[in-house]
Amino acid sequence: MSSTTTQSTYQPKTNVGKITNYVDSRVGGSGIVKEFGRKIFPDHWTFMFGEVALYSFVILLLSGTFLTFFFDPSMAETHYEGSYIPLRGVEMSEAYATALNISFDVRGGLFMRQVHHWSALLFVAAVSVHMLRVFFTGAFRRPRELNWVVGCVLLILAMAAGFTGYSLPDDLLSGNGLRIIDGVIKAVPVVGTYISFFLFGGEFPGTVVIPRLYVLHILLIPAIILLMIVIHLFMVVTHKHTQFPGPGRTNDNVVGFPVGPVYAAKAGGFFFIVFGIIAAISAAFTINPIWNYGPYDPSPVSAGTQPDWYIGWVDGALRLMPGWIAGIPLEWNIPMPWGVNTLSLNVLLPALVPAGIVFTLMFAWPWIESWLTKDKREHHLLDRPRNAPFRTAVGVSGVVFYCVMWAAASSDLIATHFFVSLNDVTYWLRVLFFVGPIIGFMVAQRIALALQRKDREIALHGRETGRIVRLPHGEFIEVHEPLDEYKRYNLVNYESHSVLPAEADVNGHVTRTEKARGRLSRFFFEDRVAPVTPAELEAAHSHGHHDAIAEQHDKAAVSK
Amino acid sequence: MADHSHGSPESTGVVARPGQGDVQKFQNPGLPPHRPRLADRDPRAEKRAERQVAILFLVSIIGTVLFFVGYFLIPLDETIETLRLQNLTLGLGTAFAMLGIGVGIVHWAKTLMPDHEVSEDRHEIRTEADRADAEKIINDIVEETGIKRRPLIRNTLLGAMLLAPLPAVFIFRDLGPLPGDALRHTYWDAGTRLARDPSGTPIKASDVTIGSAFHVIPEGLSDSEHYLEEKAKAVVLLMRLNPDSLNPSPGREDWGYQGIVAYSKICTHVGCPVALYEQQTHHLLCPCHQSTFDLTQECKVIFGPATRPLPQLPIAVDDEGYLIATSDFQEPVGPSFWERG
Repeated sequence: MSSTTTQSTYQPKTNVGKITNYVDSRVGGSGIVKEFGRKIFPDHWTFMFGEVALYSFVILLLSGTFLTFFFDPSMAETHYEGSYIPLRGVEMSEAYATALNISFDVRGGLFMRQVHHWSALLFVAAVSVHMLRVFFTGAFRRPRELNWVVGCVLLILAMAAGFTGYSLPDDLLSGNGLRIIDGVIKAVPVVGTYISFFLFGGEFPGTVVIPRLYVLHILLIPAIILLMIVIHLFMVVTHKHTQFPGPGRTNDNVVGFPVGPVYAAKAGGFFFIVFGIIAAISAAFTINPIWNYGPYDPSPVSAGTQPDWYIGWVDGALRLMPGWIAGIPLEWNIPMPWGVNTLSLNVLLPALVPAGIVFTLMFAWPWIESWLTKDKREHHLLDRPRNAPFRTAVGVSGVVFYCVMWAAASSDLIATHFFVSLNDVTYWLRVLFFVGPIIGFMVAQRIALALQRKDREIALHGRETGRIVRLPHGEFIEVHEPLDEYKRYNLVNYESHSVLPAEADVNGHVTRTEKARGRLSRFFFEDRVAPVTPAELEAAHSHGHHDAIAEQHDKAAVSK
Repeated sequence: MADHSHGSPESTGVVARPGQGDVQKFQNPGLPPHRPRLADRDPRAEKRAERQVAILFLVSIIGTVLFFVGYFLIPLDETIETLRLQNLTLGLGTAFAMLGIGVGIVHWAKTLMPDHEVSEDRHEIRTEADRADAEKIINDIVEETGIKRRPLIRNTLLGAMLLAPLPAVFIFRDLGPLPGDALRHTYWDAGTRLARDPSGTPIKASDVTIGSAFHVIPEGLSDSEHYLEEKAKAVVLLMRLNPDSLNPSPGREDWGYQGIVAYSKICTHVGCPVALYEQQTHHLLCPCHQSTFDLTQECKVIFGPATRPLPQLPIAVDDEGYLIATSDFQEPVGPSFWERG
């Protein structure tokens, strides 16, 4: 066998070599090094968001493990005897007492709590921004649709991890958060009351919900996140990374830096940078000072409290929904053969519908887009957002939709900070909830088209130099400097979808969905800016020979 | 020239190849020529970059030292100031320790390691030969199991597999008790005195001046076995208004006492405490989602996401002048639920 011959022939000389050879000949490391040691990764600053997400998750695991050594997720009653004097002797749960002990009696405990909370906020933020990058550049297109779905699942899991963690310290804020969740669960028809009683082990708040959330938070959810990350990264390796279009970059190659040493150094170093920045934020900015809130008590509540940012949009939707519309209540008592049942649409609609719309469109978008454009090809080159105005417009529309709800979660703070009526803020946000996404769509599409026209102009006529030259017959012109072929290629190398009218299928039928597709296609692609062709450039040059002449004059003048 | 021109028809190949062999498109000019960095040409710049990297690593070492200074030299003395100082020192120490390494390595990679971009070919994700082989293997496997030829085995297996997960669902039944009528009752009963939250001292009608508001719990609540659960349903807001500004509906005229009225503090939206009382307008505001209730209209919703008014607790005065409930709430308090009716 060849492996035995290799073993007998190769004799490592150094100690490191001996150890390496020992391992290699038993696990086949050489193959891994050959495969990955010089693997090429494209480089672009927007590719870092996914790394930020991955690294903040690692930091969450590290800091979270530390916290579990000191935290007791029990709702048993105790009297606080720790170092924080204002709460001494106060009756509270073990969970809150141990969370206080971590903050006040474990050296570095407060720092680790801060690191954990800040990295959680950063984790969800990085996942979100990473997904926006993937969306706006079209990186979700074939063959990466399934990885996009894995990413969507990761976003939901990140929010779930955040919320279950937020509830653990059992302080006043987190308790009120749980109570809102309980209220929303109870609004679910048929099974809501049962789910509530099963989750809380009886009536709210009960004594079991925190230990249960704890198991979800430290075991189940992180394990699923880890599994999803492994699948996510495995697919990244299978697909190889996307790259932005540009000179030398094609759909068939990957241009970038090899893993060893440059990419490994940059990506590895970046982990320490992310950690360092989180540490700096945790050092300087207090997050969730639970000692100010006191233990959970169902009676008090502080005004102006905010959920963690990633839950804000759902809370905002709850705030925006009116309980009555034009004198009609949104809670209905429905007579049934066995009695009267209550359907609480004022809670159900805002809790389910906006999130339902956002997540359904998000999960389905790769297939919606390929259906709309009939583009089923593999894409490894990204779109600049301006070069896909329809997609950019849809994305901005979604972002506006999200942000209106997000702003609504702070409606009371907006009112108090800007001295405006709380009711007016809510009315305006209700209008924006419907109108904002439409305005966002139109504005984003127009801006993208305008930027494309600007690119076209520059590609055809070159860069405005700001130098005004007078020609011999008296005409003043501004000198345009033509682009070099690399810069020009950046501006002309894109595909522009055009309207694809409804087509008949094999039986000669034009189905109803196909007609709808045709109409949507016209709506999205009626206005388009086509990329400059070589012929157009040629034509522009012969028309613009004034520029060329002037430029020769100019160059002569400069070089003298 | 019109910007709205129609470009070339889409090519229909499986893999998009922009600019490849298409006369309508620009030829890909290939990678731009490599531009050497300062450190590539100037040995002094190279040396400088090397020193900068080393200094950054030294910053990291100093950061680690700073961490230990904070850890051992700042004793926690029960004041929040020393805690903050220690947190700041530990945090900044860690930040420098990490940023020193991180920025150092990245600076090293960007200035001193090669920055030649390399091109690598992509490969087909799945080759046709592999697909055919895999198909054959799976067909062979299915064939060898004989599952297609033996529907008896297949169908019984399917039935067993469908049923087997059911215990895994039902085993969660004991997560909690069934709701029963727990949500329809609170700690209040006829004769229960109204007491201050959280001290539990009963309130006399004469203590409640016009314009004042009390946070109220039932007297004896602290003896309850399920204190927090009972409190979560029983908390009440007590206010006294000019009796003329109250407009009780028929049948509720005697639910108050000389302008003193008591309403459930639990929002009918999703259950936050409706803790804010605007004395001038007689509005109650929920700080969570801004549902607003008008006290002069029996706490009808006048703004926000709640639909139902806050339930009123009927009250009276006992022989000693203390406020008492004349019954439990007449309807379930708090957020709606399916069985509420």
